[in-house]
Amino acid sequence: MELVQIQRRLVDYTKSLFMEGFLDAQFLQLQQLQDDSNPDFVFEVVSLFFEDSEKLLNELTIALDQPNVDFKKIDSHVHQLKGSSSSIGAQRVKNACIAFRNYCDVQNIEGCLTCLQQVKQECYLVKNKFETLFRLEQQIMASGGSVPTTELGF
Amino acid sequence: MDSCNCIEPQWPPDDLLMKYQYISDFFIALAYFSIPLELIYFVKKSAVFPYRWVLVQFGAFIVLCGATHLINLWTFTMHTRTVAMVMTTAKVFTAVVSCATALMLVHIIPDLLSVKTRELFLKNKAAELDREMGLIRTQEETGRHVRMLTHEIRSTLDRHTILKTTLVELGRTLALEECALWMPTRTGLELQLSYTLRQQNPVGYTVPIHLPVINQVFSSSHAVKISPNCPVARIRPAGKYMPGEVVAVRVPLLHLSNFQINDWPELSTKRYALMVLMLPSDSARQWHVHELELVEVVADQVAVALSHAAILEESMRARDLLMEQNVALDLARREAETAIRARNDFLAVMNHEMRTPMHAIIALSSLLQETELTPEQRLMVETILKSSNLLSTLINDVLDLSRLEDGSLQLDLGTFNLFAVFREVLNLIKPIASVKKLHVSLNLAPDLPEYAIGDEKHLMQTILNVVGNAVKFSKEGSISITAIVAKSELLRDSRTPEFFPVPSDNHFYLRVQVKESGVGISPQDIPKLFTKFAQTQSMATRNSGGSGLGLAICKRFVNLMEGHIWIESDGLGKGCTAIFMVKLGIPERLNEPKLPLMPKVPTNHGPTAFPGLKVLVMDENGVSRMVTKGLLVHLGCDVTMVSSSEECLHVVSHEHKVVFMDVCVPGMDGYEVAIRINEKFTKRHERPIIVALTGNTDKVTKENCMRVGMDGVILKPVSLDKMRSVLTDLLEHRVLFEAI
Repeated sequence: MELVQIQRRLVDYTKSLFMEGFLDAQFLQLQQLQDDSNPDFVFEVVSLFFEDSEKLLNELTIALDQPNVDFKKIDSHVHQLKGSSSSIGAQRVKNACIAFRNYCDVQNIEGCLTCLQQVKQECYLVKNKFETLFRLEQQIMASGGSVPTTELGF
Repeated sequence: MDSCNCIEPQWPPDDLLMKYQYISDFFIALAYFSIPLELIYFVKKSAVFPYRWVLVQFGAFIVLCGATHLINLWTFTMHTRTVAMVMTTAKVFTAVVSCATALMLVHIIPDLLSVKTRELFLKNKAAELDREMGLIRTQEETGRHVRMLTHEIRSTLDRHTILKTTLVELGRTLALEECALWMPTRTGLELQLSYTLRQQNPVGYTVPIHLPVINQVFSSSHAVKISPNCPVARIRPAGKYMPGEVVAVRVPLLHLSNFQINDWPELSTKRYALMVLMLPSDSARQWHVHELELVEVVADQVAVALSHAAILEESMRARDLLMEQNVALDLARREAETAIRARNDFLAVMNHEMRTPMHAIIALSSLLQETELTPEQRLMVETILKSSNLLSTLINDVLDLSRLEDGSLQLDLGTFNLFAVFREVLNLIKPIASVKKLHVSLNLAPDLPEYAIGDEKHLMQTILNVVGNAVKFSKEGSISITAIVAKSELLRDSRTPEFFPVPSDNHFYLRVQVKESGVGISPQDIPKLFTKFAQTQSMATRNSGGSGLGLAICKRFVNLMEGHIWIESDGLGKGCTAIFMVKLGIPERLNEPKLPLMPKVPTNHGPTAFPGLKVLVMDENGVSRMVTKGLLVHLGCDVTMVSSSEECLHVVSHEHKVVFMDVCVPGMDGYEVAIRINEKFTKRHERPIIVALTGNTDKVTKENCMRVGMDGVILKPVSLDKMRSVLTDLLEHRVLFEAI
């Protein structure tokens, strides 16, 4: 049945995201919080994340362009980004943020710029992944099925 | 013969006789004069002559007699009238004095005689007193010797020293030639020479114990003189002419058991040692009574001292033994502890390692089942699932049992529906029973309460196990399950005398009886049923598929529930009955519909764990704020969100039970907020619980949180379960200091 196929594909896709390190266990927690009283919880949180991250990334770009780089401000932004990404389980973004912070601590502008690029890249990637995920879910919901919960004993 | 007294003393030739008379008179006179002189001389010398007056008289008498005889000299020849006058005067005087003396002597001589007798008497008395003195002196010396000997003997508790000292001192005191001690051998049939005085190392002479002379000595409590030729006395090389006298005395060897508390030690002991004492040879010494007495006393003292020494040895030995045992026990205990620790470590590791792959296998197999499969594949997957479920159960059983034995398993108490448990068991067992064509019936007593407080999961496991066994081992027939409330008469079962259940107002005893008419069990196998891993022959022949742990685990659970389980069987082929009793609590009367909503501690998979709990969340980061809110809403809390410290202080009120604040954001001082909140709410019970959310696990953060008076720290990201347990802990204890 097609529904079953889509469901299977969703499960496989989710698993692959975990395998590739895009997502970690925190994402599962988010999924658990989604229930009948809160059906779009995950979607809302992820959307909020991307809004926030876009704003933050813009700020970071501007800040690093300045002649006198304010590392404190950069650090605080990166901290925010790190917090948000770890809240939704975007593992690779979080790791990139950690690296970014290290360069920030030693006030290495070159390093910071590299990291910024990396963070942007990761955010972009994970955004795409999420979009695919949500599309699959929508398809399932449209076909009248229920989204299978990811259960991994790993 | 009166001869004429001529002037000229001429000797007539025929008067030879006259001549002789003349000479004799002369000598007589001489003697008579010298005697008083001697008397005077000697009396003057001696001091004690009481009769001087008599002596004077006597002297006078003698002098006068002498004078008379002297004057007689002149009368042989012709003499003048003067001489005759002198002579006459002398004679008269002599006569007077002699008569006086004679008269005096009549009085004096008896006196003198009595002096003599008195002297004799005194001499005898003196001799007697001397003898007595000698006796007393010897006695006193004996006493002194005894005291000294006793002191020497009793001053040591070492057996050898005691005996050696005895012999040495006795030898010295009595000036013995040889002194020997013969001890009975272990067999008691011989006496062995153990100690001697003069010989340094007595070679082991032995003498049979039943010699008549030895019997004689043993049967008397006194020292007995024995012949120097008897075997016990012949220990020195012969060569002396006259061996000295020999005396032997028995030394009772007392045992601890001879000293009763109330009675004096009865000498019912048959064990004696023999002490032999020999006087020096070639001396004329004999054994005196006081010496024998000394020997007897010493023998008694030695007996007592030896028994003391024996007691001491005994207690030292016991103490050494105890110490050894202590050390060994300690070692064994430590080894056991090490073993237990090792086992626990092993189990802990295996727990995780075994369950993880099991979980993966089961999960993925069940997922596989959901997919499209050919019938063959489906069969294969089902088999895999069944086997892995079995394996999982086995692993759980083993781990449960070991946790049970450790005592680390605790009952999960909660209120549950008792009827539902039985119905569930029935439902689970019906399919299998119908396959085996067994009829299962359930009887619940009318007074059985519907709800009870206890560990539902384990109770069900127990009932299931017991019923499952019944089904497993019945080939045909019926199985009946009966559940009643145990009354006090029934409570005292004759088969379990050590089990005294006491029902009270809050508890009742549930008695479940499962009767099956199957193959039965022989009575000697019944105790083995409850031991781990033991399977009887009859059980092993069936492919029971069990590990043999089931009943053992049931027993442990039943014991935990303060109950008892046992199996009765009338023998092989007559079926058997399994009965168990457990203690369950009676729930308080509550409205029935509210019951399911009562929060079960600690885990609750229902959505509303903390209904209506007012919570304040402060976090600058929008995403993380939203996630935290989602978590708490999911748990049923009423969440207020703020994004800055001013807002937080503004909004916080005593209605908020918990405040979650993010403290790792630089630029916003969560600590400051905590301090302000503390200041705002002075009373402790009004103050909300403050919990910090942080991404830092370092000590500094923790210390800072503690310093400002926060109640807990949680590490982000928080999982649902963690949040749930944190809230539970917090609300229960008002303090939680690590949920990291």
